Amino acid sequence: MPLLKIEQLSKRYGTDKYALDTIDFTVDTGEFVAIIGPSGAGKSTLLRCINHMIPMTNGDVWFNDTSTKALSAHKLRTHRTQIGMIFQHYNLVNRLSVIENVLHGRLGYKSTVAGVMGWYSDAEKAQAVEILQNLGLSEQMYKRCDQLSGGQKQRVGIARALIQNPKLLLCDEPIASLDPSAAKIIMDTLKDINQRLGITIIVNLHQVDVAMRYAQRIIGINSGKIICDAPPHTLNPSIIHEVYGSEAGELILDFGEQNAQA
Amino acid sequence: MNLSLILVNKMHKLDFFTQKRLSFTFFVLILIGLTYATVIYTEYNVAKGFTSIPKAIRWATANFYPDAASLKKLPTILLKLRDTILMSVASATIASFCAFFVAILGAQTTRINVWFSVIARGIATLFRNIDVSAWALILLFSFGQSSFTGYFALFFVTFGFMVRVLIETIDEVSTDSVEALRATGASYFAIIAQSVIPSCLPQLVSWVLFMIETNIRSATLVGILTGTGIGYSFDIYYKSLNYHAASLVIVVIVLSVFAIEAVSNRIRRAVL
Repeated sequence: MPLLKIEQLSKRYGTDKYALDTIDFTVDTGEFVAIIGPSGAGKSTLLRCINHMIPMTNGDVWFNDTSTKALSAHKLRTHRTQIGMIFQHYNLVNRLSVIENVLHGRLGYKSTVAGVMGWYSDAEKAQAVEILQNLGLSEQMYKRCDQLSGGQKQRVGIARALIQNPKLLLCDEPIASLDPSAAKIIMDTLKDINQRLGITIIVNLHQVDVAMRYAQRIIGINSGKIICDAPPHTLNPSIIHEVYGSEAGELILDFGEQNAQA
Repeated sequence: MNLSLILVNKMHKLDFFTQKRLSFTFFVLILIGLTYATVIYTEYNVAKGFTSIPKAIRWATANFYPDAASLKKLPTILLKLRDTILMSVASATIASFCAFFVAILGAQTTRINVWFSVIARGIATLFRNIDVSAWALILLFSFGQSSFTGYFALFFVTFGFMVRVLIETIDEVSTDSVEALRATGASYFAIIAQSVIPSCLPQLVSWVLFMIETNIRSATLVGILTGTGIGYSFDIYYKSLNYHAASLVIVVIVLSVFAIEAVSNRIRRAVL
């Protein structure tokens, strides 16, 4: 039984051309999927349609064998609690402390009053501390987020998603604003979460080599359509060029090394 | 062919700069023309206008200073000053509080739907673009010469201004974190309380302090119209030709504005 089934999904902004054009794919529990494609191909829109941050125009998203096409406001909140999301710009409340930002991940489970007042149980606080320790942020726990480095902020973002106890993590360009060493830490962390906790991960990436190294499966999209959907070792430069709609030799790709490592 | 392309490019560049210079010259000429026309039309004598400045200064130094007798009025003046300050603080804080809720409906990040946003922005524009003295005159009909008139005049202007700046603040500082909290499944009010308010707090406090300062200055003018507060004291002393007391009022206002500004700068630093 797949965890996620995207069925004939289309998205159109106003009367523009389709940002997503009848997308079909399924993701099984425990998979690590990378989505690659040029800017404006529809990668972000696709992720945001899965948790309904952007309403879809046509089609359906099945999650846990349930259609999410017409969810009530309450059901929608429940749907979102099961899906963690990580952003390129971390999207933290910068003036609050690290631990407060992590606990925000629990708000989806709370009544409006408890959420407004910020009432968190001791168990939730203990879980936040534990997650932060695992991510190597125990010393930063009470620091304000605007004092952290980019890599640390992204780890806070991951912690906020993990405390939701999600079945699925959606990562929208998680390393696009990070330097190479911070980016490696983040990707290793995601890989670890995927393997140790069995959480399914879908990650949008700009770096083809990173996608090849970390993902079990790569979906390439261009102009809202799926161009390829295959494990990394079956991809070759001509498919990648098709995804990016470019002539051979116009991309910074290092296939020889990738294949040698694989 | 390449050479001709370069030439065309060069021509374009020349064209660009000449055009810019031309339009600037044109603008300056229009400005001079307008000024000249208005001077002629209002029969304003420029030379006389400027030469009367030294005369005005001479008069002010001879008459417009606080003397010993006027210092006896100081307790009454201070009492009126207290009224003015309290009115400014009350109008600024309560109007900002109301404005925050309207701004939430108006901001793109937190609006419930587009129409609320349009209405909220419309209200803000209406209240902001009517000047505080105009509001005072309009409200004089309803409330007469009382503190209410001044209070509401300041309230409306503060409200309009604060709605406007808070809409911008909310959209500027909290869009990202609101998206993240929506993605966790947090409820609307939890998102406001946990993300929008903490993100906006420093700017909110800063703008409220700014409005308190502005309102104290405006309250003086409004007081002249509505017969309340320190503005009224000034009006009475000035009209009864007690220039020494009137100048004392001015000194007191200036000092209090300085004091308030110093205090609010401290608060700003503490909040940030």
